[in-house]
Amino acid sequence: MHSESLYTIALMTVEQRDSPFQNRHLLGIHGLSAPEITYLLDLADQYVALSRQQNKKSDVLRGRTQINLFFESSTRTQSSFELAGKRLGADVMNMSIAASAINKGETLIDTAVTLNAMNPDLLVVRHASSGAVALLAQKVSCAVLNAGDGSHEHPTQALLDALTIRRRLGKLDGLKVAICGDFVHSRVARSNIALLNIMGSQVNLIGPKTLVPASAARLGGRVFHNMKDGLAGCDIVMMLRLQNERMSGSFIPSLREYYHLYGLNEDKLAYAKPGALIMHPGPMNRGVEIDSTIADHPDLSLIREQVEMGVAVRMAVLDALAANLSKSRQQDASLTEGGSL
Amino acid sequence: MSLILFKNARLLDPSQKLDQIGDLLVEDGIIVSAGPNIGSQADKVENIVDCEGLALIPGLIDMQVYTGEPGDEHRETLATASLAAAQGGVTTMIVMPNTRPVIDDAALVDFIRRRARDTAIIRIHPMAAITKGCDSDQLTELGLLMEAGAVAFSNGDQAVMNALTMRRAMSYAANFDALIVHHPMDQDLARAGVMHESELSMRLGLSGIPSAAETVILDRDLRLVELTGARYHVSQISCSDSVAALRSARSRGLNVTSAVSANHLMLNENDVENYRSFAKLNPPLRGETDRMALVDGLADGTIDVVVSGHNPQDADAKRQPFDQAAYGSIGIETLLTSLITLHQSEQLDLLNLLATVTQHPAEILGLNTGTLQAGRPADLALVDLGLPWVIDADRLTSKSKNAALDGRRVQGAVIASYIGGKCIFARDNIE
Repeated sequence: MHSESLYTIALMTVEQRDSPFQNRHLLGIHGLSAPEITYLLDLADQYVALSRQQNKKSDVLRGRTQINLFFESSTRTQSSFELAGKRLGADVMNMSIAASAINKGETLIDTAVTLNAMNPDLLVVRHASSGAVALLAQKVSCAVLNAGDGSHEHPTQALLDALTIRRRLGKLDGLKVAICGDFVHSRVARSNIALLNIMGSQVNLIGPKTLVPASAARLGGRVFHNMKDGLAGCDIVMMLRLQNERMSGSFIPSLREYYHLYGLNEDKLAYAKPGALIMHPGPMNRGVEIDSTIADHPDLSLIREQVEMGVAVRMAVLDALAANLSKSRQQDASLTEGGSL
Repeated sequence: MSLILFKNARLLDPSQKLDQIGDLLVEDGIIVSAGPNIGSQADKVENIVDCEGLALIPGLIDMQVYTGEPGDEHRETLATASLAAAQGGVTTMIVMPNTRPVIDDAALVDFIRRRARDTAIIRIHPMAAITKGCDSDQLTELGLLMEAGAVAFSNGDQAVMNALTMRRAMSYAANFDALIVHHPMDQDLARAGVMHESELSMRLGLSGIPSAAETVILDRDLRLVELTGARYHVSQISCSDSVAALRSARSRGLNVTSAVSANHLMLNENDVENYRSFAKLNPPLRGETDRMALVDGLADGTIDVVVSGHNPQDADAKRQPFDQAAYGSIGIETLLTSLITLHQSEQLDLLNLLATVTQHPAEILGLNTGTLQAGRPADLALVDLGLPWVIDADRLTSKSKNAALDGRRVQGAVIASYIGGKCIFARDNIE
């Protein structure tokens, strides 16, 4: 998987690459194939190496314009995309559009059309509504990268989680992964379930029935409402963030009870496979879904590594989409020439 | 005295169980007779329409139509809705009170009737609100509203959540034998929901509306009907459990009727795949087993009426992320076509299907149309039952183009529509 020949993909020109990933956009994990995912992870592996050098700069995106369009506030994802674009040499612009600004009357489609007129090459979009990024992608001529849409998908998060796991365990198939917490509202969980199923791992979904309904199993996981049963034999324990707005009120009675039943601490971790690794997409609620001693565990916690992999994965995806964009634009150009003959 | 003879027609009239080739004679806008060999008896006929074997049916009565008048005329006016209706063979439409302002006052009922008379080309009857503003617990003046011309009482697409308010509305309406039309949807269970709660909603990451949101209120209402003896009609049902609940209520002898929308008979939840907001309806499109149950309910007579649920929304309100997009679809123009298509695809009896848009709504609302019987107004539709076509939303007449059925292959087209014997719409050269 980490062969010498693959190690140089990032250095190849677009024409030299034999990429199975030919998509124009990355809107979700759903619909990708195992070879496509493997290709993106291989590419990301090399960007990990690049990012660890003193000179972290590449020029594959030189001259490209990348717009980070965030309709929902985000610190880590936005800065990760910004850093990824800059390391590849793109001109990166950040646009944060608070929900209140949308209410001034401009529709999502108006925004898309306006931005498209500025000729960006890569549009990184986050939106609070499921499906909004796909809607926007229909209206622009650049590549669109979903940085999280509502409760639907967050594909780069799933890819970075997969890269983190693969680098530690050497594989993505035959693993048993527990995803624990607020599944209903989690785009991270949906993308991860899709990816792990495609790559041949088993997923256990753990949480109270209000947050993990039985029908969640239809997406490709086994549902457990008891953490002890759900964690049994798991190689990886992936905790989900409990969103502030769900904490008080109707989905769970109290944080105290949630921590008691589903918060990951050393006692509960003991149900999993010995040496099971811990992941969290961040930002964490320490003492709610995860105990500090677990989150900061020097050997078992992969949480900081996830952040590092995030930049590399986003570099890989930006690179791959820009390459596909070049190809499609060359094809368009040759078609136009052919037509004039 | 003016006489019109429609000859060589396939006369279809559910109210008389009539399905035969024959003629129909109209005098001064009133049907004189319908049957074989009438043409030979009528002398002095100035105007003869040769139907060339096409179907001649009573003009449709659409029991649930939303317009934007008053308040949102950019979406649809009574006039533009009536033009679309005429294209679809609908000659009477019942408009819902959810306008701005809400039709909850006798003067507003009067306003709708006058605007309809002055601007629209078909018959229009308003429903008035059950409670002030459609969202309060204060009853409207049902008696005065009825005298002003309200044919029934409904809060449109809003449910009366307070059971006590509903009980009192039903009791009070029973004074006048007034009809209560209700949209059963528990606002709390449906909160934040935008589509049918299912595996698909889970996959799409959209909040679901469980079928129970409908049946909880329907079951409550059926108990209240038992308690009050009111006349009660469900404006739209969407799931199999509701069909079962109504079937059981009928068997207990309750005075309840119900409707389903043509969209819910033609489409299911999979039509919202890829976040297709044009198929975002209220109630939501449900699973295929629900759709099949609705078809069965229609076939066995549990469901009495089919409505269009015509709800025009401008493109900006629809071309939004799914959870922010407006609810509703137009459909008045494709109501009859949908039924003819269902007659073909689901092997449903044509006369029974036609009854759901003619005879049944007329009986429920106490209208004198929806029939070819002698002495009734000659509201008619001339229909080519076999003509196949593809619905193209942009070519529909309605002012708004939000058709959930856009792109569907259908069968059957209206060739001409008549109100009181007067042609209000004609395709090609027929008049």
